[in-house]
Amino acid sequence: MSAILPPAERLWYKHPIDRVEGTWIVIALTWCLIMFGMMVGWHIWGNQNLSTETYRTTPEQFVVKVQDMVDKYTVRTETDQEIPVVAPPPGSDIYLLARLWSFWPILELENGKTYRLHMTSMDFNHGFSLQPANINIQMVPGFEHVVTITPNQSGPYSVVCNEFCGIGHHQMVSRLYVK
Amino acid sequence: MSVTTTYRTCPRSGLQFENQAEMLIKANAFVGVVWLLIGGVLAIGVVLTRWPAIHWLEAETFYMVLTAHGLDMLIFWLIFFEVAILYFAASTLLRCRIATPKVAWLAFALMLIGSVLNNVAVFNGASSVMMTSYVPMMAEPSFYLGLILFAVGALIACFVFFGTLVVAKREKTYDGSVPLVTFGAITAAIIAVFTISSGAIILIPTWLLSIGVVEHVDPLVYRTVWWAFGHSSQQINVAAHISVWYLVAAVAFGAKPMSERVSRTAFLLYILFLQLASAHHLLADPGLSTGWKVINTSYFMYFAVLASMIHGLTIPGAMEVAQRRKGYTKGLFEWLRKAPWGNPTFSGVFISIIGFGFLGGISGVMMGTEQLNMIIHNTIYVPGHFHATVVVGTTLTFMALTYYLIPVLFQREMIAPTLAKWQPYLFGFDVLLLSCHDGCGHVGCCAAPLGYVVRRSSHGI
Repeated sequence: MSAILPPAERLWYKHPIDRVEGTWIVIALTWCLIMFGMMVGWHIWGNQNLSTETYRTTPEQFVVKVQDMVDKYTVRTETDQEIPVVAPPPGSDIYLLARLWSFWPILELENGKTYRLHMTSMDFNHGFSLQPANINIQMVPGFEHVVTITPNQSGPYSVVCNEFCGIGHHQMVSRLYVK
Repeated sequence: MSVTTTYRTCPRSGLQFENQAEMLIKANAFVGVVWLLIGGVLAIGVVLTRWPAIHWLEAETFYMVLTAHGLDMLIFWLIFFEVAILYFAASTLLRCRIATPKVAWLAFALMLIGSVLNNVAVFNGASSVMMTSYVPMMAEPSFYLGLILFAVGALIACFVFFGTLVVAKREKTYDGSVPLVTFGAITAAIIAVFTISSGAIILIPTWLLSIGVVEHVDPLVYRTVWWAFGHSSQQINVAAHISVWYLVAAVAFGAKPMSERVSRTAFLLYILFLQLASAHHLLADPGLSTGWKVINTSYFMYFAVLASMIHGLTIPGAMEVAQRRKGYTKGLFEWLRKAPWGNPTFSGVFISIIGFGFLGGISGVMMGTEQLNMIIHNTIYVPGHFHATVVVGTTLTFMALTYYLIPVLFQREMIAPTLAKWQPYLFGFDVLLLSCHDGCGHVGCCAAPLGYVVRRSSHGI
């Protein structure tokens, strides 16, 4: 009789489905299948997919690679902290580390060229948020995430940490240049 | 086996309350509402700080207040109230005594001690780690211990609920199958057992880490298992508040479910698939394969979405059928125009159905798409989504239920009936506006990136 009483029909599970309900279920299920197809299809035909290439790493291992790139390709330094701005050659492996509460170094990339960007965190979870392009990737300590990127618009970008990482979280901002 | 106890039949609703169960329902619901009040006061601090013109609190205080707001609302308020709903759905709807009332009080005590302990740790200031508390960012040991005690209490409460079902079955207090609302509550309780166990699995090692017994908890394992707790606890809410929607349709309209078979199958889909929604938090993470992400957040998750689509049709559908039977048959919408809009129990639930379905549900499904998630992950869109689901969906529904329970359970009249009449509209539409601003504002920014100010993360100032 009612949703707060036991069903009046003892064999409620044999009650035929109303046509309206049946049609609705078919429409909803079809739509679910289309969306599922879209998500897979975008991996095949789409241009912006997150790579899942990941390696285990440690802060000590990773910092060696970053330092190597900084030593070779630094073009200038910026801000009071003299953060190196690095312009690595197109096609190369480039490195970005996050730590309390800064990113290091600043990358300067060429428009239309492809790079393999390696990212990790030295301490807590951090977030790589590229603005205003609005690309957001999680940075988890102990894991080196490799993303293949091809910048397609020149200009200065902001890199913002968007994972809460303690008292200095809101000051954790950096830059990225595309020439 | 029969145990002596006393029953009270409510003259207004015809519901039958057993003495012990009644006190337990009251106690759990009351403490839940107190947490809602505390969380609501904290929300003022969050909002007035996020408002750039005011920017009220210093960073340190803000992070502390935000941590407490998240935990008090998302965990303590909702789970206390849900325990009350579980006892109601078992003992009151099946007209039977509650199994092991003493154990149920123990569960209540553990939950109360745990939640207070956790809040004390947060307000000490050294545990501003947000609700997520991702390792290796550590809080005080009592932060985790509080959560663990609370979880154990909640787990015991679930088993008291299951025990009560057994008592009702054995003492033959009802005929045939359990009512649909009780069936929905069983769904919520099964999801709760999964959720709370996941919480224990990850929080116990983290607590041991905080006191120095364990050396290392893997950050990625923590994220994966923690979300099986953090997001799934919101799936308890979904199952619980949808059960309440069916309950309100029944008490406000005398509506009967369009099809018991369809509605129950939809609940069954929740048990099997709903928790997988937690994987959407990990879509921008390293280390998890594309296949894993697609299977969890899309392929299987859409079966739960399907279930929500079914409830979203059958509940208003059942209301329409009941209204039409009363003679409101003119045109397409007379049944809706003539609905009891002045009754906060109905208006609250209806606003909740619309807001949860259209804004909460759709924004959630979008977020569960890997490629879309890359433009959404950890942005203000996320609070936009979960305020539409948890606040408009669950909290507003529980408020609506409270208006029903005040005369029926607490045997009192509302002190300001006119204010009560307006409250669901004021609260519901305000939160919808907040969610729209957060969520849709963000989507708008994707369309027009120029001149757009960088939005800080969901946690930032």
